[in-house]
Amino acid sequence: MYPPPFDYQAPDSLEEALAILAEHGYEAKALAGGQSLIPLLKLRFAAPAVLVDLGRIPGLDGVEAADGELRIGALARHNQLAASPLVAERCPAASAAAPQIADPLVRNLGTLGGSLAHADPAGDWGSVMIACGAQLVLASAGGRRTVPATEFFRGVFDTALEPTELLTEVRIPSPRGPAGGTYLKLERKVGDFATVGVAVSLELDGAGRIARAGIGLTAVGPQNLRAAAAEEALAGAEPTAEAFAEAGRLAAGGCEPASDVRGSAEYKRHVVEVYVRRGLARALEIARRS
Amino acid sequence: MSEGTRICGIGHSVKRKEDDRFIRGRGRYVEDVNLPRMLHMALLRSPLAHARINAIDASAAQAHPGVVAVVTGKDLEAHKLAWMPTLSGDTQAVLATDKVRFQGQEVAAVIAEDPYVARDALELIAVDYDPLPAVVDPFQALAPEAPLIRDEKEGQADNCCYRWQAGDKEATDRAFAAAEVVVKLKTHYPRCHPAPLETCGCVADVDPATGKATIYMTSQAPHAHRTLFALVAGLPEHNIQIISPDVGGGFGNKVPIYPGYVVATAASLLLGRPVKWIESRTENLISTGFARDYHMEGELALDRDGTMRAVRVKLTSDNGAFFADAQPTKFKAGLFHIVTGSYDLKAAHVEATGAYTNKAPGGVAYRCSFRVTEASFLIERLVQNAAYELGMDPAELRRKNFIRADQFPYRSATGFVYDSGDYHRALDLALDKVGYAALREEQERLRREGGDKLLGIGIASFTEVVGAGPAKDYDIAGLKMFDSAELRVHPTGKAILKIGVQTQGQGHETTFAQIVAGELGIPPEDVLVQHGDTDNTPYGLGTYASRSTPTAGAATAVVARKLRDKGRKIAAHLLEAAEEDLEWHEDRFRVKGVPEKSVTIQDVAFAAYTNPPEGLEAGLEGVHYYDPPNMTYPFGSYVVAVEVDRGTGEWKVRRMVAVDDCGVRINPMIVEGQIHGGLTEGYGIAAMELITFDEDGNCIGSSFMDYLLPTAWETPKFETYATVTPSPHHPIGAKGVGESATVGSPAAYVNAVIDALAHLGVRNIDMPVTSAKVWEALQRAGV
Repeated sequence: MYPPPFDYQAPDSLEEALAILAEHGYEAKALAGGQSLIPLLKLRFAAPAVLVDLGRIPGLDGVEAADGELRIGALARHNQLAASPLVAERCPAASAAAPQIADPLVRNLGTLGGSLAHADPAGDWGSVMIACGAQLVLASAGGRRTVPATEFFRGVFDTALEPTELLTEVRIPSPRGPAGGTYLKLERKVGDFATVGVAVSLELDGAGRIARAGIGLTAVGPQNLRAAAAEEALAGAEPTAEAFAEAGRLAAGGCEPASDVRGSAEYKRHVVEVYVRRGLARALEIARRS
Repeated sequence: MSEGTRICGIGHSVKRKEDDRFIRGRGRYVEDVNLPRMLHMALLRSPLAHARINAIDASAAQAHPGVVAVVTGKDLEAHKLAWMPTLSGDTQAVLATDKVRFQGQEVAAVIAEDPYVARDALELIAVDYDPLPAVVDPFQALAPEAPLIRDEKEGQADNCCYRWQAGDKEATDRAFAAAEVVVKLKTHYPRCHPAPLETCGCVADVDPATGKATIYMTSQAPHAHRTLFALVAGLPEHNIQIISPDVGGGFGNKVPIYPGYVVATAASLLLGRPVKWIESRTENLISTGFARDYHMEGELALDRDGTMRAVRVKLTSDNGAFFADAQPTKFKAGLFHIVTGSYDLKAAHVEATGAYTNKAPGGVAYRCSFRVTEASFLIERLVQNAAYELGMDPAELRRKNFIRADQFPYRSATGFVYDSGDYHRALDLALDKVGYAALREEQERLRREGGDKLLGIGIASFTEVVGAGPAKDYDIAGLKMFDSAELRVHPTGKAILKIGVQTQGQGHETTFAQIVAGELGIPPEDVLVQHGDTDNTPYGLGTYASRSTPTAGAATAVVARKLRDKGRKIAAHLLEAAEEDLEWHEDRFRVKGVPEKSVTIQDVAFAAYTNPPEGLEAGLEGVHYYDPPNMTYPFGSYVVAVEVDRGTGEWKVRRMVAVDDCGVRINPMIVEGQIHGGLTEGYGIAAMELITFDEDGNCIGSSFMDYLLPTAWETPKFETYATVTPSPHHPIGAKGVGESATVGSPAAYVNAVIDALAHLGVRNIDMPVTSAKVWEALQRAGV
């Protein structure tokens, strides 16, 4: 690989990293697992003056349950999440998504935070975070703030992150009742970005009705999308095949896919419909078992 | 253990001798060649598909620290090197002077002290382009109003690069006029890429003191490249040494000569230092020899009872900006006229037109014997659709029309003489192994149930033509397509075999040693096989088109027999017997009727140097140039079962049964490896591989994120079987197998998907058969 020239810094603490970002702003780029940034450097599509390697900062890759939340450090790697029993228990959608991300090499190095901050509309994690109602913790030298996943993504490769900020943690509220979730992904081959991805999270109330449904969509808009109309139609409803089919139609109607080599916009819309329907049915199965 | 097993000649699954070094990471590729004072070259490529070059300002790059030289087309023009001949008799720009004609075309080169600096300096070269309209569709290219791509070419008034036909047009038209049923299929075999894992590159080292040019090069045909270098660059041929070390996959991609080789060599000559040039992945995908890109309109004429009468094809090839296909001179559309396939057709006609477009040049035979893949795909797809049209079982329709075993040698309607075959046996074995009847029942059941899952069964019964070829018909750039072997047996009975072909993973170091073992009784481990160094091997046209075993393999058998004949004289001398009283047995000469009285080949070799009979030339070595009397015709039957998800259009292979017949198998394990590789590549082509372009000529498919290769995850499980029908004219009965599976399998996969949807009226989906296209076909069928 022959990237353009850059300065390289590898801070040992979060404070140090944030100070470097504060100093260089747009000229700096944070390097986590490198699975998106390194290819961009290799192709000379990205030419940051300073590369800030976060790999030596301790304590940013934890997975823990606390205060009714699942807290995942931004440097947690995809494979770590795929193998985590805690993630499987608290967030089955994340557990289903992790092993479908890219290929084993990428999953061994790529991180949750890196993927979210990169904000590729075809990235898988954004949809999962939207479906699960996650909160994202953003830190800068000046302090911390929390942004809901639904407000984090602003467009293609664009997020609420300021150039001086780092995404340090995601917080996923743990369900109170029986719950299930999954992630369905259509890809042309393993390692490909999604043609369409659908993250589903379903929570039932004591009467077996839908207490909360979360649906995030991958690669069918300029960013990971929330299928808001479908979610609203499901809230409080009986979890029937008809309700799921209607949710599929609503989600398909609300997304904004573009035609490309992976398929036409009509096709992608159709797959959203099928996957929302199938995903909800699968999530219900899991919820009823839980 | 019998003596035969000890010697491990033909038919033994000897472990590959070369794998020891590859598994240890001790292979030596061009990129591993590092010479003292070596410089690094990087190429500036055109971002535009079609544009006039007004000016190139390289001054900033030239001034960049670490840059030794910047070379442009103008500099090469001064040495008459701005253009070079292609393998198809056209010309190709080395570095663009007047216009760029495809995205990724070579425009300038930076030679620097290290590869990073070379790439940094590329960004400092300013090229002033005037964009021109890009022509990306061959039919638009051939239309009268199309912008002229090759305006520099004298007498070239349009974008047609060739017109060619084969077969008997009148007889074919008559058969169609009289036909009871005509089945038509219009399909595009898409542009794909051989995508070897090792990209192309070279290290050119012209010694300023001696004038000797040593060029380490990723080449499938080092001897031919040496001669072409001599002719193009005017260098004396004895002062050119091409060394093709270990090659990390070729698949046809490393047959052409690329501009990078020429520029690096010119730079080394001018600068007096070695120059290394190694392509990036993207450069390999966007600028080097692609494959296929044939738009085909096929028609099959049949009687209502299913008797096939004739095939007619109109084909339009998209050849890119320069006609640089790698193929025998006589055949402008390669051996596409093998399109009659495995069937006894009385008439056939192919009409081919080639179009220049603003795309990369170099239609190479990607693991294919010169367009046999496209032909095989078309006829196997046509036969399947004919079965639907007639309401016949596709297997039965094939059986009814196969050339029968007793018809060989068989002269096809387009003039090929098929050497041998037993097509019924191969298909029956495949159907039996896959459990055809049970699959058909399950298919019916799933259709009745009306769920999301559908089952399809696809067959391809292909016949290939490989082993180019007889000198009277086959040459590349005038060089006849014979091949050679030189065998030297040392006094202690160990041997060196030098061959004119060049391995890229085929296992020549093992299989060619086995041929020597089979003929001369020297165990494979005692035979060192050398290739790829033109100073050290006899002349040959290289390895592609499954030709190594049919040509150089035959040469090896013949030269070994020559040595055995000489050995007989020595043995007679040692045994004090008459030559005619001796018999050859595995690795020794025995006195007939007195088997304990014998001398081994090792005894004979020692005597050849220490005690030769009077009057006999000492030594035990020889060379043979083999001109094949005919091509060879491997064949096989593949049966694939796929499951299709009606909801999303996704499909996956449940079964893939492959029966191959490549004649006598030298090393069954290596044959099987070749089949597995080819079936995987065939799957990739059928399912996902595609080099495509937007309307401005921007290449889509320029990295492995866009150009999709199947991984172990997608690759189906293969069930491989063999029948053995020897070639009657090849010295050991072998036919060549490197490409059978790539040629035969794409139609089997596609036929299977179509078969799953056939009851809904779906008759065609062009490759790659993506889930999106399956869904769209279902939509069109009104499902």
